[in-house]
Order: sequence, then C-alpha cells, then structure tokens
Amino acid sequence: MDMINLKINGIAVSVPKGSTVLEAARVAGVEIPTLCFMKEKNEIGACRICVVEVNEGRGFRIVTACVYPVTEGMEVLTNTEKVQKARKTTLELILSTHDKKCLSCVRSTNCELQKLCLEYGVDEGAFAGFKPVYELDNSTPHLVRDNNKCILCRRCVAACQEQYVGVIGANYRGIDTSIGTPFEVGLSNVPCISCGQCTAVCPTGALVEKDDTDKIWEALNDPDKYVVVQTAPSIRATLGECFGMPVGTNVEGKMVSALRRLGFDKVFDTDFAADLTIVEEANELVERIKNGGVLPMVTSCSPGWVKFCEYYYPDMIDHLSSCKSPQQMAGAVIKTYYAEKAGIDPKKIVSVSVMPCTAKKFEIGREDQSAAGVPDVDIAITTRELSRMIMRAGLNFNALPDEEFDNPLGEDTGAAVIFGATGGVMEAALRTANDWLTGKDNTDIDFTALRGTAGLKQATVNIAGNDIKVAVASGAAAAKVVMDRMKAGNPDGWTFVEIMGCPGGCVNGGGQPIQPQFVRDTVDLKAVRAKALYDQDAAMAIRKSHESPVVKALYSEWYDGFGGHKAHHDLHTSYVARNKYGK
Amino acid sequence: MIRAHVLICGGTGCTSSGSLDIQAAFAENIEKAGLSEEVKVVQTGCFGLCALGPVVIVYPDGTFYSRVTTDDVKEIVEEHLLKGRIVERLVYNDTGDDNAEKANVNVSLNDTAFYKTQNRVVLRNCGVIDPEDIDEYIAMDGYAALGKVLTEMTPEDVIKCVTDSGLRGRGGGGFPTGRKWSLCAPNKAPQKYVVCNADEGDPGAFMDRSVLEGDPHCLIEAMTIAGYAIGATKGFVYVRAEYPIAVKRLQKAIDQAKEYGLLGKNIFDSGFDFDLEIRLGAGAFVCGEETALMTSIEGNRGEPRPRPPYPAVKGLYNSPTVENNVETFANIPQIILRGAEWFASMGTENSKGTKVFALGGNIEHTGLVEIPMGTTLREIIHEIGGGIPNGKKFKAAQTGGPSGGCIPADLIDTPVDYDNLTAIGCMMGSGGLIVMDEDSCMVDMAKFFLEFTVDESCGKCTPCRVGTKRLLELLDKITMGKGTIEDIDRLEELCNYIKQNSLCGLGQTAPNPVLATLKFFRDEYIAHVVDKKCPAGVCKDLVSFVIDQDKCIGCGMCARNCPADAITKTDYIAPGHKLPSYVIDAEKCVKCGVCMGNCKFKAIEKR
Amino acid sequence: MKTLAELQAIKEKMKNKVVLREGGEAIRVVVGMATCGISAGARPVLNTLVEEVNNSGLASKVTVSQTGCIGLCQYEPIVEIIEAGKEKVTYVKIDAEKAKRIVKEHLDGGKVVTEFTIANQNA
Repeated sequence: MDMINLKINGIAVSVPKGSTVLEAARVAGVEIPTLCFMKEKNEIGACRICVVEVNEGRGFRIVTACVYPVTEGMEVLTNTEKVQKARKTTLELILSTHDKKCLSCVRSTNCELQKLCLEYGVDEGAFAGFKPVYELDNSTPHLVRDNNKCILCRRCVAACQEQYVGVIGANYRGIDTSIGTPFEVGLSNVPCISCGQCTAVCPTGALVEKDDTDKIWEALNDPDKYVVVQTAPSIRATLGECFGMPVGTNVEGKMVSALRRLGFDKVFDTDFAADLTIVEEANELVERIKNGGVLPMVTSCSPGWVKFCEYYYPDMIDHLSSCKSPQQMAGAVIKTYYAEKAGIDPKKIVSVSVMPCTAKKFEIGREDQSAAGVPDVDIAITTRELSRMIMRAGLNFNALPDEEFDNPLGEDTGAAVIFGATGGVMEAALRTANDWLTGKDNTDIDFTALRGTAGLKQATVNIAGNDIKVAVASGAAAAKVVMDRMKAGNPDGWTFVEIMGCPGGCVNGGGQPIQPQFVRDTVDLKAVRAKALYDQDAAMAIRKSHESPVVKALYSEWYDGFGGHKAHHDLHTSYVARNKYGK
Repeated sequence: MIRAHVLICGGTGCTSSGSLDIQAAFAENIEKAGLSEEVKVVQTGCFGLCALGPVVIVYPDGTFYSRVTTDDVKEIVEEHLLKGRIVERLVYNDTGDDNAEKANVNVSLNDTAFYKTQNRVVLRNCGVIDPEDIDEYIAMDGYAALGKVLTEMTPEDVIKCVTDSGLRGRGGGGFPTGRKWSLCAPNKAPQKYVVCNADEGDPGAFMDRSVLEGDPHCLIEAMTIAGYAIGATKGFVYVRAEYPIAVKRLQKAIDQAKEYGLLGKNIFDSGFDFDLEIRLGAGAFVCGEETALMTSIEGNRGEPRPRPPYPAVKGLYNSPTVENNVETFANIPQIILRGAEWFASMGTENSKGTKVFALGGNIEHTGLVEIPMGTTLREIIHEIGGGIPNGKKFKAAQTGGPSGGCIPADLIDTPVDYDNLTAIGCMMGSGGLIVMDEDSCMVDMAKFFLEFTVDESCGKCTPCRVGTKRLLELLDKITMGKGTIEDIDRLEELCNYIKQNSLCGLGQTAPNPVLATLKFFRDEYIAHVVDKKCPAGVCKDLVSFVIDQDKCIGCGMCARNCPADAITKTDYIAPGHKLPSYVIDAEKCVKCGVCMGNCKFKAIEKR
Repeated sequence: MKTLAELQAIKEKMKNKVVLREGGEAIRVVVGMATCGISAGARPVLNTLVEEVNNSGLASKVTVSQTGCIGLCQYEPIVEIIEAGKEKVTYVKIDAEKAKRIVKEHLDGGKVVTEFTIANQNA
C-alpha cells in the first residue's frame, strides 16, 4: 500500500494514501473534534469544527481535517491559537442559533455539542442576534424533532438517505436553513419508516425518541395496575453502554434486577416470543411451500422494515410473513395465556416492552395487534429510555446483582438471543426447519454464512437433502436491493428472506444507546454488540426455538397446534399498502 | 438584393425597453416603403450601451441610433433607408471630444468614446450577427475553430494552445484555463463532462447573458472544443431560468448545430461525438460556485461540496469534469483560430486578453464594455464610461460584486487585471463594475452586498450561514449609530474568521466588501460609531432634516408632501417673509427626503 | 457536417450577406438618394451596384451605401467612389448599365471610367 509521510504537531506519521488529516491525526494520538462528519456517510465538511492548519509547501492555511486528504510532506497543526479560536467561534456561532436548554435536554452529558463547548470554554452569549424559533415536530408516535437544538450537521439526513428513505432534508437557506420534511408537512405525513436511525446519529437533542417513561412511572405507581415488562434480545447487549460499560458487554442479569427494582410486577424476556415467532413462521413457510403460497416469504419482526415495505413496495406486502413480531407475540401471550394463568384481568395489565427500536412505538398502535381485545403492548420504550428510568430511580446499575427473568415467560433459547443481530432470525429458523425436516436433533447448527454485518448476505443451505436459497438484508437500503430483485422475478431463487430495518439488525437499532460519532467511526458497533449475543447463544444449553420450554408449554396447554386457529388469531396480523404521498 | 441591414438589439435590456415593438415597426414601415427587397431587419444580441437602448444600427453606414421609439421608426425608414438622409436627432455621436458639435453627424459606432477604446473579442459577434441564424455565425468564421481542432489538432495541441494563450477563468477566480483542462484530460473515466457556468448572479452583472443572447453558437463551439481536448462527449450549460431570451436562443442554437451535425455523432467525420444540454438554475447565487452548480445539475439542493476532490477528478456525477464560465469559453474559438500568440499579445504579463465589464452605478454610460486587461480604471470610468454624472466626484469603484472589494479614488490609475486587483484586496470577479460618487456611503455599500450574501448563503456551513448574518447585524448596528469602536475590531475579526473557515467561495469571499471598505474607508466607519454621523448622508438613522428658519418662506409645500406628518407651522416669521416658517419634528421624521425635494427655496438641509 | 468544405461553402454563401456590417472597407460607393436622385433613377442604380459588387465578389472590400442630396441635382443620379488615400471620384448621370461598367472597370479593374466622371461633364 502506498504510504504518505507527514507530520502532525511535529510528530512524524505514515498513513495509507487516501487517508484524511483526521485519520492521520488519530495515528498521532490526536482526536480532532467533528460534528457533521460520519465516515463514508456524511463527508460534507459543513460544520467546520474540525479545522486545522496545514502546510503543503505554500504556507499554513486552514482546512477541514475530516475530508482533507494527506499529502507527502504535509505539516499539520491541530491546536494552534488560530485553530482553537476558529473552533471556538464556530461553536459560539452555532450556539447563537441554539436554544441552550441543556438543563432539560435528554442529551445533556452525552451531547457532542455540549462536550465541545465545555472543552473550548465558549461564551454562549458571544453572538446575540436573530435566532429562528421552531415549533417541535412531534407528529409521530416514535420521535420528536426539535430544530431549536439542531446544529445543521445533516447527520440525520445522511442516516435517512442511507436508509433509502430520505424524508428529511434541508429546507430554506442561509440563516433560515432548517431540517424538515418536504413542504414542512411533518414527519407523520411523509413515508418515514420510524426506524429512528436519525436519533441515533444526532449529536444533540434535536432528534430524540418520544419519551414514554412518564406513562410507565404512572402505571408503576398505580396499585390497580399489573405492570409487566419484556425486554428484546438485543437490550442485554447494549444497555451497559449507558452506564459506561464497554461496547459489547452483556448485562442481562443486571438489567433484570434493575427492572425488578423499578417495580415491574413481572420481568419477562421477549426471547420466548422470538422462539414462538420461529415456530409459527417456520410453519407458515412450510405451508406456503406446500400450498403454492407467495414466495419468497419475508420476515416481519422488524416494524421499520414492515413499514418500509408497506410504503415503498405496497404491491408486495403479501410476501411478508403474517406472524406478529416477537414484541407483539409476547404482548399477546401475556394478555391471554399469562393473564388467564395468573388470574388477572387483561385490562388491568399494563404491558411494557423495552426495545432497541423506535418503530416499536409505532407498531404497538397498529391495527390488528390486540389478541385479548386490548392492545398487546401498551408502552414501548427504547434502551435509552430504560437507562434514564434506572438513573432516575437512583439505581447503581453497575453494582446490581445478576438476577433471572420471571417465569413462565422468562425462558429463552440461543436461537432467540441471536434475533438481535442481522441473520439471527434466519439462523434460528433454519435450526428449527433442519430438525423438523430431518426429524433429527442436529448438532451442527451454526449457519455462519448468515452472520456478519454486511447489508446483504446470501446463502444456499442444505436442509434435509434439499438446497434452499435464502437472503438476509439489514438496513432499508439493502432491503430495497432485495425487493427489487424479487420484483424482477427473484432470479436468485430465494425461498426465505430475512429483512431488518436497521443496518446490522436490532443491535444497531434506532433506540440503542447513543455513541458519539468518533466511536461510531472507529468501533464497529454492529459487530461488537452482535458478538455479545452470539457468545451467549454458544454458551446456552437450549439453542433451538422448538425446544424452548415456553413454546412447548404454549402449544400443549394453550394453542391448537402451529398455525392453528387460536394461534392464528393471537399471533398473526395483516398489513396495509400505504401511499408514500398521502391519500 | 439586400443593400442595407437594420440591426436591432434584442438583448434583455433593449427588449425590456421595447425593441420588439421597434422591430415590428421597422418591418411594417419598410414594407410600406417598398424596401422589403432591399433592406433586411436583423435582431441581434446586446450592443453593450444598454443605458441608451433601444439601440438600432443601420449598415452599411454604421449609423448608430439610440433611444429609438416606435414613433421614430417611420422617419428612419423614410429618411435614411429611402432617401439616404440620416436622422441626426437620433444619432449617438459622443466621441468624447469636447467640441461635440464639430463631430461628424454620421459617427460610426467604432468612433464613439464608448466603443473606440474597446477591443471586442468575446463580444465580437454581439450586435453584429443574428444569433438565431447559424449561417451568420458561420459567415463570421463560426465553427472554423472547431473544424480546425477536429481535423488538424490533437487534444494535446488544443490544451497547449489554450495554455500558451494565458487565458484565465473569467468567472472570478482567474484559474488558468489551460491548466484546468490539462488537469482533467489525463483522468480516465467512462464518461467525462464539460460544464458551462452560465449562472451569472452578481448584482448588476450581465456579460454572460449578452454572449448567450448575442452569440450562442460561440459557446457551443467552444464547449465542443473543450470536450475534444479533455475527452468528454457530454456537456451541460447551466443557465439561470431568469434569462429566458438567452435560454431560448441557446436552445435554438443547439438545435441548429445538431441539424448541421456540428453537435452529435462523428463531427467533421473525426469520430468525435459531443452532445450538449441546457439545465436551468432556479436562481440561487451559490449555484455559480462550481461544485454547487454540479450538485444542482445532479438534481440535488444546490450546495457546494468540499474540495478536494476537485471537479477535474470527481466532478459532475463523480466524473472528471471541466467547468468554465461563458466568457472564458467565448474566447476559445478565437484563440484557436488566431493563435495563442495573438491572444497573449493583449493584456498584461499575467492577465492576457480582454475582460468584459458591466458598468453600472453613478456613471454616464451604463452598459457592457470589453477592454484589454490592464486598462486603467480611469480610462474605464472617464473615457469609456463618460465620467460621473452631475459633476460629482468619483469616490470608489466596486468590482467583483458581493465577492469583491472596492478601489478608492486614489487608486484610479490601477491597471485592471487579476493580480493588481488581488494586490489591493479586491477581486476581478465576473466583471461587475459599480461606480460610486461622493454621495455614496461605503458602510452602506458593504451592507448592501452583505445583505445579498446573507440572503444567498446556502446554509450548509456554519461560518457562512451564521457568521455572515452576525456580520450583517454588526453593520446594521453601526449604520444605526449604535456601534462602538470595539465593534469595528469585532467586525474585522469575524470577517477574517469567515474568510478562512467557510466551505466555499461564496462564504470565503462574503466579507470582502467589508474588509475592503474597512481598509480604504475606515474613517467612515469611525464616523459612524464615534461621531454618530454618516459622512455621505446615506444612513437614515444618522441623518436629520432641518429647516433653516430664516430661509423658509412658509409656503408649506414641505408639510403638504410629508408622508409622516412630521412638519408643522411655527409662529416665527423670518425677516423679509410674510408667512410663518415650518419645522420638522425629528421624532416623527422618517427621513425620506421628500420635503427637501419639494422645497424650492433650498431652506431644508440634510445634516 | 462532415467536411470543412461544407462549412466553407456556407461561409462563402453568407459572407456577402453579413459583410456590409463590417467596418473598415477599402472602398465606399455612395449613391445620392435624395428626392432629386430618386426621381432621376438612383434607386435602380443603387440596386445594380449592390448586386454587381456582390456578384463580382467585391463585397469584402466595397461598401455600397446611400446618402442624401449631394448638391448637384442636375447631374443625378450621382455615384461617388471614395477610396482611402485616393481622390474621390464622382460619376454623374448614371444608369444601371453605366453602373455595371463602373463596377467592372473601376471597382474590379481599378481604372476610373473617365467618360462618366463629373470632370468629363464639365469639359
């Protein structure tokens, strides 16, 4: 590889040709601040916070480190008075159009702007003058856009475009520039898929999940309510990040004990419903193959993906599995099977879910998601909201003991755990299908071709002597590729397709803990978080969904067989073709 | 047989002052006089002397009629065309000689003061040929350069010729054109592009429009030559939608060129293909910035992109691209035909050829002028431009529009070229030249241009989006008399910050009008903040209107015309007058100046 | 367009049409076109001159234009040939046929047609 030699603050470094000054500085141990930059996603040089002085033989001048390529013999100074003053002025100018309401901002203490302002000792009143005032866009159930905190870094725009959704962008110009939907119609009137990727990349509090924790506190404090919580497979792999733990720490035990200490009457694991999903879905697939149903069948666990399909491929919604998502199946089981078993009126149950996902907030309000005549899930919160509840309750998370989920809905399998990573659902389904079709208890159950963070993975797997072709996509952009192939007559011959709305699957969901961009640029969050799940799977005794004791109990005690009438009523749903441009 | 041509300017300026009606009137009257077989009426592009429009020239005499109305047409036809008698009262004959009366009535265009020092290379066909007739362009050696390039020259020869000519980009930056092409030529890609920047946006600048309107084929020819030189087969002309005449003529020219096979496949049987398309700009100034322009062509919001990568490597659709502005391209065919040496013989050491300026402001002859590089500002203003009207003194000239600076009166002998202007903190810009007389306030001027950039900032980068707004607010404060001496330092500091930290040329140059006026007219800023006075009497908040009680005869004209009811009668009757005088209530006064204009006795003064 | 010759052909065809807009011609032919001239037949003379000049390929160096009353009404139609560095030649009582000769002999051939000049009339 061609190497370029240069000096960063006098320190000689050698970096591959094509590197940026920002990357070269990291080699020299200097982290140049950035705000708008997202590697390979938003290299737009807009915020100007990363300015440095470079000399390429014609004297020092200011350039933006994030996008400026290194050249041989270049001298870079990252901390001169001029640089510091420029960065400080930039921050002060940004602040002059910012509402500066840090005290009540959920992003306080993990806000990238706030951190820099502290570091540079800004005067937040340095520039008075015209400041645009914006109304909040809280038109959707899943997030709130507050342009009064927006610094116009466009990271959300890039994230939305990466999802092939692109419903937000810059409107107006100059000082009136603001991020919004086309024609400022509000997020609920555009084909937003609720994935929340924009909230995960926002450096400030301009894009946050809609906080539903007050509703939970209210329920917890209401003696007439029976409050049950379920946690999605990926939460255990990410919640620790909110408490300063390294990325990829599995905190299942502490999470359970925290939830119990918050006052939930029962702490269940969505995993049991993931197993339930697998058996229902596997059964549906077999039925479709046998009866000449619509193929390839596509998973429906991810509400962001489902919404994407409904908006962007409305003519293809019959490819979606009719199975509810694990969240909704868990909710349905809690309000039917568990309610009856425990002798509680389903109307008294407040069913809460902790999800990696903002689209889950949308999903709970969908039609046809009320097995017991009341909504399967009442409140869906994100990993981040849960962390804030734990903090408000004064729980020293890191010091909590490890505890077990409540029974009967706390038993899980390895197959369910890996639901949180892209390819996990497919792998879990194949484990079950393989056993069923071979009639054996197979031990070679690691479908490694389906693992990894690539947006699109394809494999041909041999199940009971038959080669079947499958595809796994994560991120809506990859979903688009898959759907276009399917539309073109499915030339790849896929039978079964897993699609997740977020790149990397749930571990990288829009509701997961915020990591500052330099971490996102330097750590593969998707891979490290996923590893925690695959490690747990490998260590488990039961690694197949159909062997789940909960699943077994449900079908022996409650449901009339896989895909039976009762199961179909409670665990399946329907979809709507949505018009991207409104009615 | 046609023996005379009547050329009527069909540029935007003359069109708006009625040249289309005049054209119709000529057609009608010529028909009536039975001269249809002998006299041809031609609609041309801009002649340049826009202030005197509508402009009509009768050839072969070359008689230059200015400010022609439809009522004059009959006379011109009956007298001049029929009987050969020139209609003297309409002839423009300002030769610049003091003894104007002695000047020959039939002064040909090229003898007038406005034209005689000009050297029209870029504008050579403007006002001479019918831009909608490709044959007329061909008659003027049109497409001969393209023919030469495709049949006799290699792409390297072409680039060498352009490089040797010393041509630099006329859009403002002054980057050597030959170098730009040579940086793009070696880059391999399945598709490369030639882009013409016709998004002329400086307030008051209209040279590119005139070329597009008056000589569109010249642009087509030049872009095709550029395509051959760099290996591009596709070109885009990005024109602002506010130039409807230019767009229409350019499209017609493209269609004609395609019909003649001068665009399309295998041009001149050389195996070289080139296709050209027009893209309309929606009127954003920032789209004149090359990367923003490309982003706009791609169908996205017109915003600049960081450079590097430079367009020569990754331009339009991420492909190697050469982008030049209209005026730059317009030089190319002549350079090819007449040689690099010919071109390099004009101008100064590092600025070759000519430059077209749009003269405006406090000057007698508003219009377009093309002069060799190195002509002094004095020549431009006093000789070509006819000086400052109403006997006022020249104060400064603003060049480069909102990106430029100003040249003060004591530097009036500066030869105008890229390097000299840069040296005094100014910039050539695309060629707007606004002349200001002694009644102009330089702080107000800086504010005017800044208001423009604040409006036109795309909002992408922080320094330009917020910084320019804060700069404008500081200027507002100063012109309102609320500034302090510290504000001037703050202003300067912020200017330098914006200059160094902005993403694109728009932001980087936005502070120039402020920095230049701070440099040359700092005392005016100080007067605004310390004395709370606007020396030129422009900044409304710093002037007051006062009635001299002894001069006021009490006629009441001022009070009757005051829109703010700020003037009332006193009970003082000045000696020698019969009626009580009037007085202005400073609180109510909106400083419109109407009273002063209405006072026949010069009793009202502005302080 | 495949050849330079095609381009050249268009140029040649058009040259005569636009050439009268170019200044700096070597020879100016001026026809008196006041009322007196017109009534004496100046119009066909003017048209013939324009036509002949074009036909003999002289358009690039000869301009034919009109003027008002030259002041010698009894000699109309009058044609003046003005050439830089040479004395003005004034032809009088010209008709279309004479005009053709002037073009051929004087403008093309370079020889003044003395029999039509004013000097000859006076003699």
